[in-house]
Amino acid sequence: MAESTPHLSPAEAKSTLSADWVAFRTIVIKEIRRFLRIWPQTLVPPAISMVLYFLIFGTFIGSRVGQMGGLDYMAFIVPGLIMMSVITNAYSNVASSFYSTKFQRSIETMLVAPIPNGVILAGFVAGGVARGLCVGAIVTIMAGFFVDFTIHSFALTVGMILMTAVLFSLGGFINAVFADKFDDISIIPAFVLTPLTYLGGVFYSLDLLPDFWRTVSYFNPIVYMVSSFRYGIFGVSGDVPVYLSVAAIGGFVVLFWTISLVLLNRGTGIRA
Amino acid sequence: MTTAALSIAGLKKVYADGFTALRGIDLEVKEGDFFALLGPNGAGKSTTIGIICSLVRKTEGAVKIFGIDVDKDFAAAKRLIGVVPQEFNFSIFEKVGDIVEVQAGFYGLSIREGAVNTEKYLKRLGLWDKRNAQARHLSGGMKRRLMIARALVHEPRLLILDEPTAGVDIEIRRSMWAFLEEMNKAGTTIILTTHYLEEAESLCRNIAIIDHGEIVENTSMRALLGQLTTETFVVDLAEPVAAAPEVPGFAFRKVDAQCLELDLTRGQHLNAAFAALDSAGLKVTSLRNKSNRLEQLFVSLTASEGSAETLIHG
Repeated sequence: MAESTPHLSPAEAKSTLSADWVAFRTIVIKEIRRFLRIWPQTLVPPAISMVLYFLIFGTFIGSRVGQMGGLDYMAFIVPGLIMMSVITNAYSNVASSFYSTKFQRSIETMLVAPIPNGVILAGFVAGGVARGLCVGAIVTIMAGFFVDFTIHSFALTVGMILMTAVLFSLGGFINAVFADKFDDISIIPAFVLTPLTYLGGVFYSLDLLPDFWRTVSYFNPIVYMVSSFRYGIFGVSGDVPVYLSVAAIGGFVVLFWTISLVLLNRGTGIRA
Repeated sequence: MTTAALSIAGLKKVYADGFTALRGIDLEVKEGDFFALLGPNGAGKSTTIGIICSLVRKTEGAVKIFGIDVDKDFAAAKRLIGVVPQEFNFSIFEKVGDIVEVQAGFYGLSIREGAVNTEKYLKRLGLWDKRNAQARHLSGGMKRRLMIARALVHEPRLLILDEPTAGVDIEIRRSMWAFLEEMNKAGTTIILTTHYLEEAESLCRNIAIIDHGEIVENTSMRALLGQLTTETFVVDLAEPVAAAPEVPGFAFRKVDAQCLELDLTRGQHLNAAFAALDSAGLKVTSLRNKSNRLEQLFVSLTASEGSAETLIHG
């Protein structure tokens, strides 16, 4: 008896590539929908705190500081504050979203589906990048009320912000993989990310530091991001060479991506 | 020849803490079957399901879905499976419709296909009017049905349900049974784990019982129930009696004035018991099994060997 060809379900009829693309798009939309749904927690606080930074450090204190790194102090702090908001939001978006997904066990709905781990990772990272860019755009608009600026190198500015958002989204992902409780996703931002950002040349030029602390600062990756981003916007040479920043951040992106993928493939924290 | 919907060979799982959950089980579920996987808590049912769905990493063995080895082509194998887990695993803050549509996207269905199937299964499971409600506002029964709708949205050929009716009232449970029978008749292979043995007995054609990580029974429901050598019936009488009637060949026991119990061994017939009661001047108003037959077997199979032999083999 000849075997009949079974009726293919919609899922069976898809090519792997097309299915992977749809799955990626679904995760990204889900992630964007999540941070938009809780906008009072995700979008408003960074806007308010950055306006306060512009007012206090830029307007009130900045007017007495004068020039910094060849720029008015208000202009000097704008790139760092945009970068700071992108870093913290990209990181916390993926950290809290992936941890919640683990905590509520809804990660299982992705693990049982035919989604390659790389697509799951890319989806979460894209969600983090989307929130980072969204908040970055809000802060940039706020900055426009305090200082006039045009972008010197659009490609470098966008490239740097994208790479930074990707890197810290991956950092948030790794944090969430190892997190066992909600407290665990606030330890790294509080004890590592915030100090590195504040000491990353957001508010001062490394030229102001004694030699020892300037040398120490060169081990802080955020120095490279802020400096190159500032160069991309104003075209003023920063604390470190741009090519070195791009190479360093690119290298870290590759390293963090590899670590994240290995963790997912091993099922660390998500598969028994 | 049809391919097995599920084929498991030498499946073994040892957890990181050294606990051996599965000791090398073999199992085959035929395409189109309605299959019960039963076992006491901690027997290895959820571990087995977890491995089939790739939520748990196996230590050894092979799993094939419709002939596709999950280790060789995980995407093709996973597209054929729908899973309803034991515990709720969706974000309670998401809308019901979004939860199902997102799952469709995970399986590669286009936005339109996802929307069509979401409507289809939410309507079939009576949740369409809740599509814009956040999942946290659903009752327990609705949440269970939501998980079934979500598992079906990509129209899998193998549906695995891990205690789908736990905590659900009898009316909803029966409507879910009817729905699952309908799905099975339409060609979906179903594997069910449940603690409601009446559910397994009424729905499933084949059964495996797992205990301490090993399959202790794997046969058809009919053959398994056929192993029962003794069934206990409860007989309600029209008039009260002072004592249990002395009837040759039947050992009636008095439960109360109008109720008797009777152990019927294989080879004995109810007709003869009725005739005996009739000749003793007793009228029967109703008759029922004392307990679910599968429950009797299940308890004996997962209890100590001695008690199992008494019940099954006399």
